[in-house]
Amino acid sequence: MSLNRRELLGGAAALSTAAMLPSAAMAADTIQLGSILDTSGIFDAYGKPMDQAMRLAVKEINDAGGLLGKQVEVAAYDTQSDMALYSQYAQQLTRQDKVDVVHGGILSASREAIRQTMRKTKTLYFYNVQYEGGVCDRNIFVTGVTPAQQVEVLVPYAMKKSGPKVHILAADYNYGQITARWIQKFVEENGGEVVATDFFPLDVADFGSTITKIQQTAPDLVFAPLVGGAHLSFFRQWSAAGMKDKIPLASTTMGVGNEHKVLTPEEGNGIMVAYNYSQELDTPANIAFKEKWQAEYGDTTAIHELAVSTYQGIMLWAAGVQKAGSIERDAVVDALETGISIEGPAGKVTIDPQTHHATVDVHIMEFEGQGMTVIETLPQRAPIDTQAVCDLQANPGDNTQYEIEI
Amino acid sequence: MDLSFVILVEVLYGVASLVLISAGLAVVFGMMKVINLAHGEFMMMGGYATITAVGLGVNVFVAMLVIAPLVVGLIGLIVERLVIRHLYGRLVDTMLATWGLSLVFIGLATMIFGNTTTGISTPIPGFAFGGYQVNGYNFFIIIVSIVLVIAMYAVLRGTRAGLIARGTMQRSNMAAALGYSPDRIYMMTFFCGSALSGLAGAVLAPLVGLVPTSGGAYIAKAFITVISGGPSLIAGLVSSATSFGLVSQFFTFAISPVIGEVALLIAAVVLLRTMPQGITGRFFKGKL
Repeated sequence: MSLNRRELLGGAAALSTAAMLPSAAMAADTIQLGSILDTSGIFDAYGKPMDQAMRLAVKEINDAGGLLGKQVEVAAYDTQSDMALYSQYAQQLTRQDKVDVVHGGILSASREAIRQTMRKTKTLYFYNVQYEGGVCDRNIFVTGVTPAQQVEVLVPYAMKKSGPKVHILAADYNYGQITARWIQKFVEENGGEVVATDFFPLDVADFGSTITKIQQTAPDLVFAPLVGGAHLSFFRQWSAAGMKDKIPLASTTMGVGNEHKVLTPEEGNGIMVAYNYSQELDTPANIAFKEKWQAEYGDTTAIHELAVSTYQGIMLWAAGVQKAGSIERDAVVDALETGISIEGPAGKVTIDPQTHHATVDVHIMEFEGQGMTVIETLPQRAPIDTQAVCDLQANPGDNTQYEIEI
Repeated sequence: MDLSFVILVEVLYGVASLVLISAGLAVVFGMMKVINLAHGEFMMMGGYATITAVGLGVNVFVAMLVIAPLVVGLIGLIVERLVIRHLYGRLVDTMLATWGLSLVFIGLATMIFGNTTTGISTPIPGFAFGGYQVNGYNFFIIIVSIVLVIAMYAVLRGTRAGLIARGTMQRSNMAAALGYSPDRIYMMTFFCGSALSGLAGAVLAPLVGLVPTSGGAYIAKAFITVISGGPSLIAGLVSSATSFGLVSQFFTFAISPVIGEVALLIAAVVLLRTMPQGITGRFFKGKL
């Protein structure tokens, strides 16, 4: 095909006008919230309730009159558990839809796939998932727990209940790799020893040889930051091999996607976890939240920690916008950096200005009859792991994910 | 001692699962020379048939060993009548057609069951052996594949139907001259091959859980096993599954499961480089 310059310029002008018109028209009367989540594929157990929570939060904001007198409109994309789609939809959200804020990303791999796009296009980004910590970027806010809030409390509890020898099974990507190092650090600090660490690609579903190997290393405790539907097989096979009553299990991910409701009670009972949220939390905020969810979706069983985190993330963003009186990115960031806090279903959530992470309550829990029983509550834990390496007040241009060194 | 027994079970399980995964393809590809790229999806449908049947209250063993093979066999029959029978002898065309079929099946499964992970618990409890725990279900898989191999051998060697099928695959015009309809024999053979794939998918489902795209995990291993096996159907299947099972489990225990998979693929490359006709092209010549 050959084009002369006049045709090319004419076409380009027409295209760019067409692309600019609708968003310019919309920007005037609504606020655009972009959402990017895996609502199908092997991570849909995480993503579907997050999507529901996002829509619930937006509906609540709109029912209360919107933000700054404008309605919030959702532009949501399903990334189908395919990391390649994240960068594609991130481009779509930031360059074509020109949204005012993006909430989303589930796996750490997906967050890193879109974080730089958000930063470059100056689109405010909220990552509402517990993760391995260390992201230092003024453009992002993280409302999930990090290892110092979770692993640090879970390791001594689990070791006290079992013993000092720990075998780690982790998902083979940035989250699993870095979390495994945090686990090792805390195990050693508590006088224990990591006897072996195994990593598994996300599609591995046959753990037979691994279970035999674990018996060879004979640990007192198995720590399993495994991720996604395929890895769920480990817990089934572990129980099928009769190992469940011999070696206790702890996990940093099991249950964030309500996996304990997919497993039978026999397969799940006794697994030790630490999270910000449990459906069993008996607080007025949580009861009210569950009632709203019930009214919207008719059934509360799907609610999990990531969904609540998403809800809290959107509410924090909304609080920031109200305080700033603007949807401009820098104004909202400044407002959020005043240390804004909200009372969410999982308790008080406060933005830490230094790291853009959140200070939250953490509960040590055990699975029991397909629920999570709270054993111990540690109120208002700060993200000290990220605080140790990241100071956005002193160094606002930082754009690194710091990793723990052993 | 205990440990070596446990490792032996794991190795046998590795071999048995390769036999299971590849048996259906050995019939369809090894005997009929149809490159069935939808083999993995036949297995996936076997898994869903089992889970659906169990959900409807059917005993899990009946669902796995009877219902799933029948359902997938019937789907195979329909596919054979509609698509495959027009393409016998056209290798590349069957490849394209069955690849299209695999996409259709993935799409249908996604529409019906959703793009989400489902699973059922393994029906057999684990037991202790010395200081170790063994997954009882592994034994079940080992036994199923042993029975399967013996049954395939008995049918192909000992029955008239097996003889006719083998004869037709070798010289279909001669079989036709003797009064047998190659068309119907091809149809029945494809039914059996599909049913075997369905059985494999069903038996493995409780162990690994299912998504509509699960089939993709099996297809490469199945083809590698069947091609490396060479011209003899059963001797080839058993010998290549044994070699690859040993290699992959050895490296799995020595290093990690990921390296085990890598070792399997490297072993396949080396094996086909040194024996382009497959294992039974050099050893066990003329065996079934």
